[in-house]
Amino acid sequence: MLQLLFRFAVGGTMVTLFAFLADLLKPKSFAGLFGAAPSVALATLGLTIYTDGKSYAALEARSMIVGAFGFFLYACGCSYVMMRFKVPAIAVTTSMLSIWLTFSVGVWLLFLR
Amino acid sequence: MQVRVSLDFSAFGRTRWYEYVVRFLFGGAITVMAGLLAKHFGPAFGGLFLAFPAIFPASATLVEKHEREKKQRAGIFHTDRGLQAAAVDAAGAAMGSAGLVIFAFTIWKLPPTWHAPAVLLCATAGWLLTSFALWRIRKDH
Repeated sequence: MLQLLFRFAVGGTMVTLFAFLADLLKPKSFAGLFGAAPSVALATLGLTIYTDGKSYAALEARSMIVGAFGFFLYACGCSYVMMRFKVPAIAVTTSMLSIWLTFSVGVWLLFLR
Repeated sequence: MQVRVSLDFSAFGRTRWYEYVVRFLFGGAITVMAGLLAKHFGPAFGGLFLAFPAIFPASATLVEKHEREKKQRAGIFHTDRGLQAAAVDAAGAAMGSAGLVIFAFTIWKLPPTWHAPAVLLCATAGWLLTSFALWRIRKDH
């Protein structure tokens, strides 16, 4: 339980720091880079290396490559739909999470399981 | 066209404290979730969620809201500017996610003899350089 709380605190802090930095940066297209900052990964992998070792973290990192490709598809899709169809950001960014999920879990089922 | 990266400290006034609390909670929750998924289903499955766009919906929605409010303060009430800003933010995130691929690849391939801080530092540098390079290429062409 204590370890979970620690993970929660470290993850939340990393995400907030990167978000804070993104808010300060201009132009918006550059600040957007920080929307895909490795904040959760830094928190998780840092703790994983210490608790479970480098080999375990390397396995997670290999799968993260697939998740990152999914993120790329997701972000491209969100940008296109918002620009082209004028749908509110909250609707687009939440509904398009299904693209990330389908791609990432699909690739995991086919090649990594 | 030359585009300069700068810091805009007026953003302090636009972002409310609870907007950071929301991001903190989302960030903490996804970090815990990624850890639990790795424990229950193995690192190959849990690792996927290290690149889950958990806080992107909140960030893009705030970008849209802040830009819309900025226009409203200027007396412009019917505008797509907020949505356009969110779309640009998403395009930036797409380039950042290409950097995430390099980040993950670096951690996967670096020798196990390296110390954890050195591994994470190299991977983060890889993310930043790749993302920045892609952003510059897109701006210049």
